[in-house]
Amino acid sequence: MSNDTIVLGIETSCDETAVAIVKNGKEIISNVVASQIESHKRFGGVVPEIASRHHVEQMTVVLEEALEQSRLSWDDIDAIAVTEGPGLVGALLVGVNTAKALAFAKQKPLVGVHHIAGHIYANRLEQEFKFPLLALIVSGGHTELVLMREHGSYEVIGETRDDAAGEAYDKVARMLKLPYPGGPHIDRLAQNGEESIDFPRAWLEDGSYDFSFSGLKSAVINKIHNAKQRGETLKDEDIAASFQASVIDVLTGKTLLAAEEYQVKQVIVAGGVAANKGLRKALVDKFAKTNIPLYVPPLKLCTDNAAMIAAAGTINYQQGKRSGSDLNANPSLVLQ
Amino acid sequence: MNVLAIDASNQVMGVAILKNNEVIGEYVTNIAKNHSVRLMPAIEQLMKEVSLTPDGLDKIVVAKGPGSYTGVRIGLSTAKTMAWALDIPVVGVSSLEVLAHQGRLFEGYICPFFDARRGLVYSGVYQYKNENLELVYEEKNIAMDAVLDLLAKGNKKVLFLSPDLSLHKEKIMDVLGNLAIIPEGPYHIAKPSLLGMAGLNRDADDTHGLTPNYLRLAEAEAKWLKAQKENN
Ligand SMILES: [Zn+2]
Repeated sequence: MSNDTIVLGIETSCDETAVAIVKNGKEIISNVVASQIESHKRFGGVVPEIASRHHVEQMTVVLEEALEQSRLSWDDIDAIAVTEGPGLVGALLVGVNTAKALAFAKQKPLVGVHHIAGHIYANRLEQEFKFPLLALIVSGGHTELVLMREHGSYEVIGETRDDAAGEAYDKVARMLKLPYPGGPHIDRLAQNGEESIDFPRAWLEDGSYDFSFSGLKSAVINKIHNAKQRGETLKDEDIAASFQASVIDVLTGKTLLAAEEYQVKQVIVAGGVAANKGLRKALVDKFAKTNIPLYVPPLKLCTDNAAMIAAAGTINYQQGKRSGSDLNANPSLVLQ
Repeated sequence: MNVLAIDASNQVMGVAILKNNEVIGEYVTNIAKNHSVRLMPAIEQLMKEVSLTPDGLDKIVVAKGPGSYTGVRIGLSTAKTMAWALDIPVVGVSSLEVLAHQGRLFEGYICPFFDARRGLVYSGVYQYKNENLELVYEEKNIAMDAVLDLLAKGNKKVLFLSPDLSLHKEKIMDVLGNLAIIPEGPYHIAKPSLLGMAGLNRDADDTHGLTPNYLRLAEAEAKWLKAQKENN
């Protein structure tokens, strides 16, 4: 018996069927992701029923690939971790039931993992955590600031009151007739545009770390409509740059304020939107002027994957947390 | 040879264990309660009762639908993963066929169905011939009216088996009159032991390739295909 903790993780909360094996919560042994993005493109967004159908078709294939790549045997694996929520319920159910079947068949402990905890722990695959730690999570479904005082403890100090940043990106992208998923296209256009339009920044009340992006989204839509009616032409690049500047200003501003107030030793960025070049650069620039270290994970760990679930699950497992065979998918699971 | 049969495809949830062709355990509920929460504990409990550990299993048989999309996926995810992890064969059996097996002693047509809303059903027509259950009309997502028209033309006695019988009983009697045979309650509850029997000697499916028998496209896909057609 080695002292290593090896956890197999399963993630199916949205449109990626993913399985990974991680050692000690820090080292990826194998990491397989079957993306469905091509299949959802024609619908202009993820269709839950179709996502669930793909998961059930892909699940054992991805499992097998992850196990084969790891060159490990079942004896080496200490626990099975799975995303129990939040996410699309039908999609989550495939992963949860797969994990339960696996845990039973191989008589391994089962641990449920919060998807956002996974996104946070993606960073630990690159860099050991120092507490207190502040995590900014930005993805299609989430915009949150989470304070961690120790492993496995999460305090949500700010969250979106309406749209997630990623949703706002997708909606603006649709207005600009950009293909799905729109986020990366806006980021690309923004690199060549000018911040010539003054869009609002939703700072909300003093001291609040919450976010709101629906006002910004409406402002962009109105601006495009009004310009059209007046026969003016706005450059898409400029709209993208100005929109992105507003999002980034608020995200980076609030993150810095929170980091200072809670005197954190580390700031990490997580979630799909963390792949956004403009956001990464703005954060790096902002924190370069402080003495708070900032870490942004490599692109492949920003998007949904199972290595992050195995990494977060490792902590749950080491802390003695276990899920029973009655574990259910919970689409609105709260991070705590 | 130990066989585990799993049916989570409809409201009736069932697990059975067969040992050398004999049913040694069966668990059935007919309640609208979460299969995702209850299926694995039911399997665990039944296995414990019959003193079987997972590595003592030799085959898994699963009801692959039609039925509730989510329920079907819960059953298939569980069955496929167990089969893959234990490296044993898995067999998918139509959920309609499982019901049809309850008409074992009936000589006419057997019509199992599940309600699929808006006048539609998932249904097929079966018949026992030379000790074997054979499919007479293929399984479809179809209007109940169309099924009944077809059966009326056959002019044969028809045994109806369905947990959703009450929704369509009146119409069945209207169209088929005394050609329709409708047994009492328990016949309409799919028995997982019959599922196990059905899959017992059947060739294994490809574990990765086994997919649900939805009988219906996802709504978004159906709409998309329709739009494509209209554009061409
Ligand atoms: Zn995510």
